[in-house]
Amino acid sequence: MSDERAPVTIDPSAPAAQPVVDDATGWTASVRRRVEKTLPITELLPTKQPAYIGSWVYVFGVVTIAALFWLVISGVVLAFFGSAWWHVSSVGHFFNSIHFWSVQMFFIFMVLHLWGQFWGAGWRDGRAKTWMVGVVIFSISVGTAFTGYVVQQNFDSQWIAINAKDAINSTGFGGLFNALNFGQMYGLHVMLFPIGVTLLVVLHIIQVRAKGVVRPIDDPFQVTP
Amino acid sequence: MKASKVDKQTYYRGVRMIPYDLLKEVTIAMVAVLGVVLILSAVLSSPDVPSVTLQTWSKANPIDFLTTASGELSGSTVVAGYGPPYNSGTGSVQSWGPLEPQQWAGVHVPIDAPNDFVLQPLTQATAGDAELAAALTAYQAAPSDQQQKWLTSYTTALGTATLASDGTVTVPSGDFGPVTVLMNRMLTLARSGGLDALLLTSDHFYQTDFSRALLFLDDGGYIADLATQQKLIGSDWGVMNETGRYPGSAWLWLYTMWYQIPPFNSSTGFLGISAANTDLAVVGVMLLLTALLFLVPFIPGLRDIPRWIPIHKLIWRRHYAEMRRTGATNTMQQ
Amino acid sequence: MDAPAPYIHWGFILISLPNFVLICVMVLLFVLALVAPFPSHGPKGPRDE
Repeated sequence: MSDERAPVTIDPSAPAAQPVVDDATGWTASVRRRVEKTLPITELLPTKQPAYIGSWVYVFGVVTIAALFWLVISGVVLAFFGSAWWHVSSVGHFFNSIHFWSVQMFFIFMVLHLWGQFWGAGWRDGRAKTWMVGVVIFSISVGTAFTGYVVQQNFDSQWIAINAKDAINSTGFGGLFNALNFGQMYGLHVMLFPIGVTLLVVLHIIQVRAKGVVRPIDDPFQVTP
Repeated sequence: MKASKVDKQTYYRGVRMIPYDLLKEVTIAMVAVLGVVLILSAVLSSPDVPSVTLQTWSKANPIDFLTTASGELSGSTVVAGYGPPYNSGTGSVQSWGPLEPQQWAGVHVPIDAPNDFVLQPLTQATAGDAELAAALTAYQAAPSDQQQKWLTSYTTALGTATLASDGTVTVPSGDFGPVTVLMNRMLTLARSGGLDALLLTSDHFYQTDFSRALLFLDDGGYIADLATQQKLIGSDWGVMNETGRYPGSAWLWLYTMWYQIPPFNSSTGFLGISAANTDLAVVGVMLLLTALLFLVPFIPGLRDIPRWIPIHKLIWRRHYAEMRRTGATNTMQQ
Repeated sequence: MDAPAPYIHWGFILISLPNFVLICVMVLLFVLALVAPFPSHGPKGPRDE
């Protein structure tokens, strides 16, 4: 507006420029304001982080997510071609190997991430729920792996199923969750459990990004806990 | 004002921020993990020991197969007398003091061993087999104590049965009534692969439930022998192990550890825990430990372990050094 | 890789060599993560408030 090369014509009836204020009403507006307050896009996709994250311990979370990603991708390929494919196709067997080693990587890095968070007491300063969601993810992952083992359709599946049934039956859940029922275990493994794990991981990431990385224990400048 | 309640700006007051590329870090992690996984897959592959079938079992160990089949017919196998969810037996029902969840849950996967494993498949296989049809009629017409007498004699005779090179089993003669024909047909049916199919189908075409075939296998000794060779049985920490030289479910170490120690594996027991209810007890212990892990932030003592054993001093050593260098003090900056 | 794995027997503990190696690698990775130097953005200029 301070261009002095051309005369500026001001329309006196035009309204003055207003600062952007989200004063809309209604459910959508409330949710929108809540989301923007809890997790603005600059925090979801930050370009700065506290200097104290300069430790290799902090990479275990993201490599766990990476392992989960390849686990799901290889699982999608296996599901696409059907449960018998990998026994008769060498390409199929290779994708099963990717799935198998991704599972090992996933659990290795998830446990390392748990150790890192435990020794850093990552639940401090209002982050207890993040920790709790993490423990739930771990528990459901163990269940997901179990259903995966029993749908491999080989000797391992048979043996695991007939032994697990005794532990499951003892709890009274044997009628509801039948490890010997391939159809049930397969549906749980390729759909229900992965949806659960993925949703909880997304929640976990949102929690971390919303609150930020917890300050070091006994950090001098921190607000009194 | 609690640190948990302040806004992010206040929380990070005084903290030096550094440039950070989140998406680059995610991409590097994806590529690195994929690289490791591809190398492991190419070099080591993954385990795939073929499944056992009633066919392979009956060919590899026909005497064990016949022992199991006659046991199912007499209702003396583990599955036959198991209890819920399969039937109203009591052989495998676990409880802990007043807690009997297995009993309370009831029968939901009905298995009637003599019928489901022997009589029904044989009945379906009588087409063109008059001898089998006659044996079935004779067996089912006999009173149950007569049936048990025949079966007991047969099982005893199996103990000294001989195996010919062509796989046929010769049982020393005795009074087995129609049981001889029934068991011979079971063996033939199994060796042909027909029994695998018959135990899977019931009255509809599509099947995805392998309960009956797997329970029959479980009652025999063959699959357990194979598992023992691979150290997959419970007392060998088998839950953690995999076939061959592959890593197994190492994360289940704590779950299976309890099975290896008293009172979980003892007959005398302690606090109501013994070998009679090991599974239920271990599940209970693991649920408790998982709950404790879940609640770590709220449990005094447990949540203080990171302070007592200060591994965090290694994690944040550069940060603490920087704080010392700049002379930072513990002043509340509100 | 399909041959039975070697096992380590120590008291009541019985663990397969592959599992044992895996757990050792995990502990090693954690210790390395604690002690290995991390590429730093050293302090330059005023703190970012």
